[in-house]
Amino acid sequence: MGRYILLRHREIPELHRLDVYLRHGGYEAWRKALTSMTPDQVIEEVKASGLRGRGGAGFPTGVKWSFVPKNVFPKYVVVNADESEPGTFKDREIMEGNPHQLIEGALLAAYAIQAERVYVYIRGEYRSVARRLEAAIAEAYAAGLIGRNVLGTNYSVEMFVHLGAGAYICGEETALLESLEGKIGHPRVRPPFPATFGLYGQPTVVNNVETLANVPPIILNGASWYRTMGTEKSPGPKIFCLSGRVRRPGNYEAELGKITFRDLIFGEEYGQGLLGEERTVKAILPAGASAPMLPASALDTPLDYESVQAAGSMLGSASIIVLDDTVDIVWAAYKMVRFFQHESCGKCTPCREGTYWLRRVYERLVAGRGRPKDPELLESIARQMAGKTLCPLGDFATSPVLSSLKHFRKEYEAYIPQPLEAPVAAPAGTVETVPGR
Amino acid sequence: MLREKYAHEVEAILAKYPVKRSAILPLLYLVQQEYGYCAEEGIREVAEITGVSPTEVREVVGFYSLFYDHPIGRHRIQICDDLPCALRGADELVAHAVRRLGVQPGETTPDGRFTLETVMCIGACHRAPAMQVDLEFVENVTPEVFDRIVGDLSRDGM
Ligand SMILES: Cc1cc2nc3c(=O)[nH]c(=O)nc-3n(C[C@H](O)[C@H](O)[C@H](O)COP(=O)(O)O)c2cc1C
Ligand code: SF4
Ligand code: FES
Repeated sequence: MGRYILLRHREIPELHRLDVYLRHGGYEAWRKALTSMTPDQVIEEVKASGLRGRGGAGFPTGVKWSFVPKNVFPKYVVVNADESEPGTFKDREIMEGNPHQLIEGALLAAYAIQAERVYVYIRGEYRSVARRLEAAIAEAYAAGLIGRNVLGTNYSVEMFVHLGAGAYICGEETALLESLEGKIGHPRVRPPFPATFGLYGQPTVVNNVETLANVPPIILNGASWYRTMGTEKSPGPKIFCLSGRVRRPGNYEAELGKITFRDLIFGEEYGQGLLGEERTVKAILPAGASAPMLPASALDTPLDYESVQAAGSMLGSASIIVLDDTVDIVWAAYKMVRFFQHESCGKCTPCREGTYWLRRVYERLVAGRGRPKDPELLESIARQMAGKTLCPLGDFATSPVLSSLKHFRKEYEAYIPQPLEAPVAAPAGTVETVPGR
Repeated sequence: MLREKYAHEVEAILAKYPVKRSAILPLLYLVQQEYGYCAEEGIREVAEITGVSPTEVREVVGFYSLFYDHPIGRHRIQICDDLPCALRGADELVAHAVRRLGVQPGETTPDGRFTLETVMCIGACHRAPAMQVDLEFVENVTPEVFDRIVGDLSRDGM
């Protein structure tokens, strides 16, 4: 077995072609499941593997599949290929380089819950990626791997690609289902959950692209093989998206919990250090804009769900954005708040209004018109949002604010002009004045 | 109009879904292909095909950032200035684009050739700064690359 489980196209040229994929063990898991496993056995194997969703929440995949009622039809599998978290570009690489492994994983999910259709919801900006995936699906249809009575069995399944049209919120699974139904992408109130009330009100499994790409090797080699990788609670391989002020940004596949932020950023086979020998890490964003930033003291945290949580953040989509000592934290927080304000769907007031006011305050801060009470104001706006919104986006929006204030409050103070009554400049040689105090 | 000129496409789209309403997004992409934006005539036809009111279709157009309710330039240049790209020169690239095209983000050049936009992350942060031109990726964009692309597109057709 090669170095890669997911990014196998890095070792096998032309792996996006069906003939090449077949020559390298492709669709053997599909054949195995269809001819020698019951749907429940597939679910049990995935459960036993400990695979956790790679879309952000880390929910156990096999458990999710087991929530789907057995005797309600039709059922659907929806592949979440909306990939819009800032700093995330892993699903794109899977779909471009190794699309058949995603297709095979989605088929296995469909068989496990006895779904008759799979929809792949791809963000509109990935139109070129969607075309490649459609070509791969067409090849699989032509080879009898998808369609009526697959491989001579009595199981039939269809697969379609559906293009989104530019909205981060459609990555949230219930907003995605609304969007797939032709509506605006407003999240639904839960419960009911998609497992019982999903697409068109039918039982539906929604899984991330990377999650599903893990399934064929699990079915082919077994859960105990899978569990030899990663940690007890976070088994298996993971793709880490590395971006920001590093020398070699990109996707890196590694076992969960076996490398640290430091390895990923500085390791010879990974990021190879920062842009400039003399630079140092100031902060790390472990999951794009959505999880709290961590200071450089967290560099030796292992990259698995539990460890990053223990360090005070979330591994989420594992989109690691690196900020070095040249980066202005207030400006970085402003960029992220601007993102959430732009992407708030507007359905609930605390998020719609909260992101608007956060953005207003940041705009005046970075324009040099900050007010002494602005840090407190930001905290109070964020507190009025946290836990009070319909979907997690409202909470996500508070994390750049609260985490930057927690670790880098001094940088905010530097943005607030000195009050007029304060001494304009201290006489040379005396105590330094702290801006804004 | 759509049903005559794109009969085959419309049929293929409708065949993908058990519920017609799901065809709204793909049909709106066809409308934009035909009219250059979501023209009122196209919106009404999408409403007829899918059996919803034109108001609901208009609401969909308004919600998604890749749909336009007004005419835009023949080529759409969307520069990502989200955090990861901005850590690697995106704001400078936007400034260059503004100078080169003579318009602000959100505006169209007077000759109707280019619409310039800044957009949120497009999934190319490892090749930042990045942009899309008519939804095709252009990555590791330098001012020279930008000028070459604008130059090439300025020579095509009319
Ligand atoms: C605002 C928001 C955006 C999200 N965006 C994505 C996304 O782009 N891709 C994704 O797979 N999951 C995304 N999710 C998570 C999904 O709601 C859902 O948990 C996931 O698709 C489940 O798949 P998994 O169990 O395989 O991870 C998002 C969640 C929220 C709240
Ligand atoms: S929290 Fe924000 S994104 Fe989520 S439903 Fe409310 S307004 Fe929409
Ligand atoms: S931030 Fe620009 S492509 Fe991701």
